[in-house]
Amino acid sequence: MKILTPVKRVLDYNVKARVKADQSGVDLANVKMSMNPFDEIAVEEAVRLKEKGVASEVVAVSIGVQQCQETLRTALAMGADKAVLVVTDEDLEPLNAAKALKAVVEAQKPDMVLMGKQAIDGDNNATGQMLAALLGWPQATFASKVEVEGGKARVTREVDGGLQTLEVDLPAVITTDLRLNEPRYASLPNIMKARTKPMETRQLAELGVELKPHLQVLKVTEPPKRKAGVKVESAADLVMKLKNEAGVL
Amino acid sequence: MAVLVIADHDGKALRDATHKTVAAATALSPDIDVLVLGQGARGVADAAARISGVRKVRLAESEALGHMIAEAVQAAVVPLMDEYEAVLTPSTSSGKNFAPRIAAALDVAVVSDVVEIVDGSTFVRPIYAGNALETIRSADARKVITVRPTVFKAQAEGGSAAVETVEPGADPGKARFVSEEVMQSARPELGAARIVVSGGRALGSAEEFEKVIEPLADRLGAAVGASRAAVDAGYAPNDYQVGQTGKVVAPDLYVAVGISGAIQHLAGMKDSKVIVAINKDPDAPIFQVADYGLVADYKTAVPELMEELGKIGK
Repeated sequence: MKILTPVKRVLDYNVKARVKADQSGVDLANVKMSMNPFDEIAVEEAVRLKEKGVASEVVAVSIGVQQCQETLRTALAMGADKAVLVVTDEDLEPLNAAKALKAVVEAQKPDMVLMGKQAIDGDNNATGQMLAALLGWPQATFASKVEVEGGKARVTREVDGGLQTLEVDLPAVITTDLRLNEPRYASLPNIMKARTKPMETRQLAELGVELKPHLQVLKVTEPPKRKAGVKVESAADLVMKLKNEAGVL
Repeated sequence: MAVLVIADHDGKALRDATHKTVAAATALSPDIDVLVLGQGARGVADAAARISGVRKVRLAESEALGHMIAEAVQAAVVPLMDEYEAVLTPSTSSGKNFAPRIAAALDVAVVSDVVEIVDGSTFVRPIYAGNALETIRSADARKVITVRPTVFKAQAEGGSAAVETVEPGADPGKARFVSEEVMQSARPELGAARIVVSGGRALGSAEEFEKVIEPLADRLGAAVGASRAAVDAGYAPNDYQVGQTGKVVAPDLYVAVGISGAIQHLAGMKDSKVIVAINKDPDAPIFQVADYGLVADYKTAVPELMEELGKIGK
C-alpha cells in the first residue's frame, strides 16, 4: 500500500502571527517556518503504518516556494521514502491546492492520502475534503485512530460530543486530528539519511491543472483587543461583583 | 436568489446553532430555506419550521444521512444547489466535514468559519488561531459558507413554514458508519452553555480536575471546559477542549481556573461576555482578557468561591 502525505510549510506554531502594517497579510519575513503540526501527525501515522508492514511506501508532497524542500526533508527524516515538490510562488487557496494535489495523486497513484485536518495559517479545514470530492473518494476526517485491513480503513473520528467510527473503502482521504499520535523527533542519522532520499521537483504549471482564484483577500487586520478588567481581592469580592456589577449570577 | 441553511441537530432535537445560522443567512437573502438531513428527523424538521423567517423546510432522510456521512450529504445537497445562491451551515465538526466536499463538487471555494458577513460576497473570518482576521471576497456565483454560530444572535421562533420531503440522493456507499461513542453528561453542552468553567494544566491531575472543576461547574449549572494543555496532559477528555483546535465558546460567564491563557485558548473563549480568571501567577496572560482576575492558588480560591456562592443561595 502506498500513502501520499501532503505537507504544508507554515509559520511555526510557537511564533505569534503579526499582522503587517499595510494590512496585506501576516508578516512572514525572517520568522521561523515549520511543517504544519497536523501534517506532522499525518507523516508520523504514515510512517507507523509502514513500520507495521501495512504500507510499503510513503511519499511526501508539498506545494509552494523552493524552501518547502526543508519541510519535505523533515518528512523524509521522519521516515518518508521520497518527496515531490510542486513549485509555485502563489499562495494557493484550498480548492486550488486540492486540484494540484489531485494531479499529484493521479501521477503517484497512492491507496491513501493522509494529511492534516487543517493548516494552522489559513485554518480553513478544507483541502482534504475537497481533494476527496474531486477524486470521488470517500473521506474520514479528524482521525484519532486509523486501522487498515483488507482494502479498507477503519477510522475513529473526533466529532462534537464524542467519537464516530467509519469504515472507508480505499483509496480514501484521511485527515488527522491532534490525538492520533505524537510525532517523533528525527534522529541525526535519519536527518543525514534524508539528504540522499529522492526529491522530485516540478513547476505547478507542468501539472496541467487550470487554476483560477475564487477568493480574494481584501485585508488582514488585528482582532479587536479585549480590555483587561480589574483584580479582585477575594472570592467574596468576586461573587459580589459577578452578582451585582456583571449580573451573571 | 434564495439561500439554504443546513440544520444542525442530534437526530431528535434541533440545535440552537441552526437558529444562529438562519440569523446569519438573513444578511444574504430574505428567502431562507432550511434543509434537515437525517433519519427519522421529521420532528427536527417541524422544529425548524417554527424558526421565524424561514420560507420552507426540506427534509431528506436515509441511513447514511442519519450519520451525516459526507458523501451522502454531498449527494443530497448538490442537486438542490441550482435553486440557491448560497448554502450555509454552522462550523461544527459535522459542518466542517461536509461543507468543503459540497464546495469542491460545485467547483467553488468554501468560506470557512465566518464571523461577520460584510455584504453578499464579502466575509470576515479568523486565521492564525484568531490572531488575525481576514476580510475576503468570493468571486463564486454560488457560495458554500460555514459560520461560527457563537457570534450570531439566534433567530427567534414564531414561524410556521411548510415541510416538504426531498430525495436523499445516491450515496456511493464507500464510507460506512460503524459505531459512535457519545459522551453522556447531565451538564449543558459546552458550545451552547450560559456558563462555562474551565480548568488548565495547573490542576496537575485528572483526579484533581474532577474534584475541583466539576463541582464548581455543577454548582453554577455550567458546562465543563479545559485548556489544550490540560487535555494533552490527560486531565480532561478531548471534547472538553476550548480553543482554536477545540470548541469555540461565547458564554455569558467564563471561569478559567489554573489556565495561563495561551493564544490558542484565548481564541476559543475571548468572545465570552464576562471572563473570570483564577491563577496564582499574576503575570499569566489570561489576566489580560479577564474582566475579573483573582490572583490566588485555586486550591484555596475554589473552595472559598464555593462557600461564597452558597451564601448567595447558589
